[in-house]
Amino acid sequence: MAYVAVKGGERAIDNAHAWLAEARRGDPSVAELEVDQIAGQLGRAVDRVMGEGSLFDRDLAALAIKQAQGDLIEAAFLLRAYRTTLPRFAQSVPIDTAKMAIARRISAVFKDLPGGQILGPTYDYTHRLIDFLLLAGAPPPPAPEMPPDEAFPPRVHDILGDEGLMEADRRDETVPGDLTREPLAFPAGRDVRLQALARGDEGFLLALGYSTQRGYGGSHPFAGEIRQGGVSVEIVPAELGFAIDIGDIEITECQMVNQFKGSKSTPPQFTRGYGLVFGVSDRRAMAMALVDRSMRAEELGEDVTAPAQDIEFVLSHADNIEATGFVEHLKLPHYVDFQSELENVRRMRRETELLTRDAAE
Amino acid sequence: MTSEIGGYNFAYLDEQTKRMIRRALLKAVAIPGHQVPFGSREMPLPYGWGTGGIQVTAAVLGADDVLKVIDQGADDTTNAVSIRRFFARTAGVATTTRTAEATVIQTRHRIPEQPLREDQILVYQVPMPEPMAKLEPSRAETRRMHGLSDYGLMHVKLYEDIARFGQISISYDYPVMVNGRYLMSPSPIPAFDNPKMHQMAALQLFGAGREKRIYAIPPYTDVRSLDFEDHPFRAIRAPHPCGLCGAEDSYLDEVVTDNAGGRLFVCSDTDHCAERRACGHVGDDGVAEAAE
Repeated sequence: MAYVAVKGGERAIDNAHAWLAEARRGDPSVAELEVDQIAGQLGRAVDRVMGEGSLFDRDLAALAIKQAQGDLIEAAFLLRAYRTTLPRFAQSVPIDTAKMAIARRISAVFKDLPGGQILGPTYDYTHRLIDFLLLAGAPPPPAPEMPPDEAFPPRVHDILGDEGLMEADRRDETVPGDLTREPLAFPAGRDVRLQALARGDEGFLLALGYSTQRGYGGSHPFAGEIRQGGVSVEIVPAELGFAIDIGDIEITECQMVNQFKGSKSTPPQFTRGYGLVFGVSDRRAMAMALVDRSMRAEELGEDVTAPAQDIEFVLSHADNIEATGFVEHLKLPHYVDFQSELENVRRMRRETELLTRDAAE
Repeated sequence: MTSEIGGYNFAYLDEQTKRMIRRALLKAVAIPGHQVPFGSREMPLPYGWGTGGIQVTAAVLGADDVLKVIDQGADDTTNAVSIRRFFARTAGVATTTRTAEATVIQTRHRIPEQPLREDQILVYQVPMPEPMAKLEPSRAETRRMHGLSDYGLMHVKLYEDIARFGQISISYDYPVMVNGRYLMSPSPIPAFDNPKMHQMAALQLFGAGREKRIYAIPPYTDVRSLDFEDHPFRAIRAPHPCGLCGAEDSYLDEVVTDNAGGRLFVCSDTDHCAERRACGHVGDDGVAEAAE
């Protein structure tokens, strides 16, 4: 009977999964993709999945990318679902980006500065021409090397801060909030906002950051400093009482410098937007910094008029795991509700018909 | 406790998370209809597939429970199959399709036709816990409105419906007042099901995973669908008997049978329909059980 055919069932799911596994593998005459190839050669995809999946684990992220056939949101979802089952042993002490092993460090607000401008392995000045040598599999020419600088370069906002031109870091000893344990509540503090942005959807952050540059809540930004490299993560085990190094993570940090006209109580100075993301991604870190600064509009006494300044709007829609779930759930059966809509529309049409007939008589 | 698949706790979530959810549930039961924020976890099923309901079920499920999962009233819809399988794998609990046998029933979009008992729990999957979300998008604002019992916005919406269409045009997710205090979304069940919530013997729990809210209706609580004296609440149902079992009081699915406009109306609650047929009820389009 037709009515049975529209229902799903165990066999349909099993068959769908079998087909999916076959489609994922692709042509069996082509070598299967190894997870360490993904981890080693698709590093930017791995970085994005680690960021949106909120878990720093290159191998696991690479496996998730393979399992998701390269669908990065699906891969981030796999990481999140895995992450949620992990016990939490400790909270790290704040990482110190001033002590970063620098791979890239640039500032757009000074021509040169102590520590220099270090481009690092960037696409910024490549010509975007498809490289057919890659197709042929030619090995890259060796990259020149130089010994790492012993001294840590100063942070640009400290250079400005010394003159009092930059808003000061506020020391806050309260334990930061954690969205993965406590649900979002409004008004949301900057700690929680930054966490939400750090794991927010890259496309969403990019579009919102872009919108602030196009007049929807402008913040006059300059890229004060972008630095990328490795930092060590330390924890203080209760039984030891001092910090121990548990490993390094690679991150990109962006300090955006924004104009601020000052208020009755504060002289004019520069304010900051902050971006910090796993792995290598200027785009993600810069977009995050733009949106962070936009969401500070109310705190700094600016008019809140644009989407990027509306904390509740931004935070409620930044998470792509939540967003993709709710958008895609529309494909689940809704026929019970649709049936009640059908009957409702039929009833309302009948009553309109009766009314028009009465009026015509 | 260990589960059927290695490496995961009984019913997937770790015990601390379950405890956190149970605390939210207790608070929800103590304040009927009030939305309690909770630390919703990422689940291995997507948001929108029932992550809230799954977390609530995981928190209340014990090894001796018998679980029934329905979606659109049916046990054999793909999502119901998938969730039932999830708990069979992670908790190893017995599952059933029979409403009377179940101790925990997780549902999406329906309430079973058969009245539930005091020893049963009904867990609803909720996409949008805030009943006023379509009228006021800010949760900070709706929270204030709940605090002050300021539900004028919803009454104005219903009044505008009547002014424009001559009737209230909401056919599902029809807002209810719980215990005379909190305006609540019954989840997207058809309005037809709303009266079943009133004074129900079973405990009703609601989980919204993406929105991170839990709410509840304790047994034997007043649940009133919003209406006006001169425009009383009306449940909507297709005006047909079930084609398979002949039931005239159940909620019906409309199934398109051919390209010539052919329609078959059948019970949405598949267990209800099957039980009626087993008892010998036959609809106009059905066949007697003995003949099969």
